[in-house]
Parts: sequence; C-alpha cells; structure tokens
Amino acid sequence: MHSFGYRANALLTLAITILAFMCAFASFSDNFNSLTPTAQVQVLNINWFQKKPDGDDEVSLTLNISADLQSLFTWNTKQVFVFLAAEYETPKNALNQISLWDGIIPTKEHAKFLIHTTNKYRFVDQGSNLRGKGFNLTLHWHVMPKTGKMSANKLVMTGYRLPETYR
Amino acid sequence: MDWQGQKLVEQLMQILLVSFAVVAFITGYVLGSFQTMLLTYAGGLVFTALVTIPNWPVYNRNPLKWLDPSEAEKHPKPLSANSGSKKKTTKNK
Repeated sequence: MHSFGYRANALLTLAITILAFMCAFASFSDNFNSLTPTAQVQVLNINWFQKKPDGDDEVSLTLNISADLQSLFTWNTKQVFVFLAAEYETPKNALNQISLWDGIIPTKEHAKFLIHTTNKYRFVDQGSNLRGKGFNLTLHWHVMPKTGKMSANKLVMTGYRLPETYR
Repeated sequence: MDWQGQKLVEQLMQILLVSFAVVAFITGYVLGSFQTMLLTYAGGLVFTALVTIPNWPVYNRNPLKWLDPSEAEKHPKPLSANSGSKKKTTKNK
C-alpha cells in the first residue's frame, strides 16, 4: 500500500471480488420471486392436413397465442426465450415434441402479447400417426438472467385433436 | 505515505467499498434495476479511488523518525559501516 500503483491494484482487486459477490447475491435473490405466468392457445383453423410424398403426415395450423410472462421479468432477467410445442405420443416414441412457434422477449413491456399466426415451423410427424391424434400444446420458456443460472419451465395447455381424415 | 497512513488507507478502502456494495445492492434490488446497482457501485468505486489512491496529506501525519547519521556513526555496527542511510524525516510515499 506504499505506492500509487499498489493502492490502485489493491482497490481494483477488492472491487472486482466484491462485484463477484454482488452478482452471486443477485443470482441468489432470484429464489424469492413468485413466477405466475399465464398463457392460452387456441387452434383456430386447420389450413391443410396431408400425407407428404415420403409418407410423413404434415399439418398446418392457425393459432392464437396469448400469454402474460411479465412475472418472469425480475431485476436479474436479461431476456426470455419462449416456444410453443405440440407434444404427443406415438407407438414408436413416448414423447414427440414439435416446435410450432418461438420468440425472444427482450423486455417486460413485450412480455404480454397476443399473436395470431400460422405455425412458424413445419408440423411434420415422423411417420403417419397424426390422423385423429390428440396433442398437448405446451408453452416452454427459458429465462436468461443477467447473472447466474438459466432456468426453464413450461405450462401445459389444453390440447387439440386432429381430424380423422386428410383435408 | 507513512505506516499509519497505509493502515488507515487499507481500512478505508475496505469499509468504503463494502458499504457502497451493500448500498448499491439494496438500491438496485428495491428499484428492481440491475443497472442502478452497477452504476451506484461504479460511483462508489470512483469515490473510493479518489479517497484512497492519491497520497493525501492526511496519510502523512506520522512520519518515520530516522536516526541522524551522526548518531549512527557514534554506535558503529561490528560488520558493515552503515553509510547509506539518509535523513528521511520528510519522506513522502
């Protein structure tokens, strides 16, 4: 501590150590938040439903997605990644998960939304199992914090049953 | 900077930084703004740097009292005659 340089070095080292502790505490404070996101999805229409030439079923949907994810935005949240998945069971696979729509929510102001859209990614089954198949619509989200561990959770919503015939 | 000053400056550095960190964390958490926390802490860091890094006069209140060279010559050491010592009562830093 006897010279200018030593004092500057000591100050910087201590400051960064304390900053690391502050970030750790900020990350720890995430445990005290109550997260109460809500979401609803409606399947408005089946645009088309067909068997592709290679034998796999494909369906195109029109969806109404409304969600309120504002409670996910705490002081330690950088952004939230959210995606809507269709989940169903087939004889071959216990869980088929197909992403129909996704989005990155940058701020709390954008966390309450209502989106009217067709499925952003193709809804194709691995096989020909979709006729008459019921599936769950699940909203998954991944919270990216400013410091600390990413967290993920999901909300299972009312499902939908596809028609028995192609159209 | 003398010995007492170095001790004082180290304590000041620790106390100031930790207090600013606590204040910054509480402010940030209450206002729900991570940026506020970082800015408050950065302000505290600048303040602490200004207080502790320059060699302020307050850190030089207890200068070392070196023996006068003539005093040392009266009590020579057995092996080496200590000829290099200078009078440093007005030592800065």
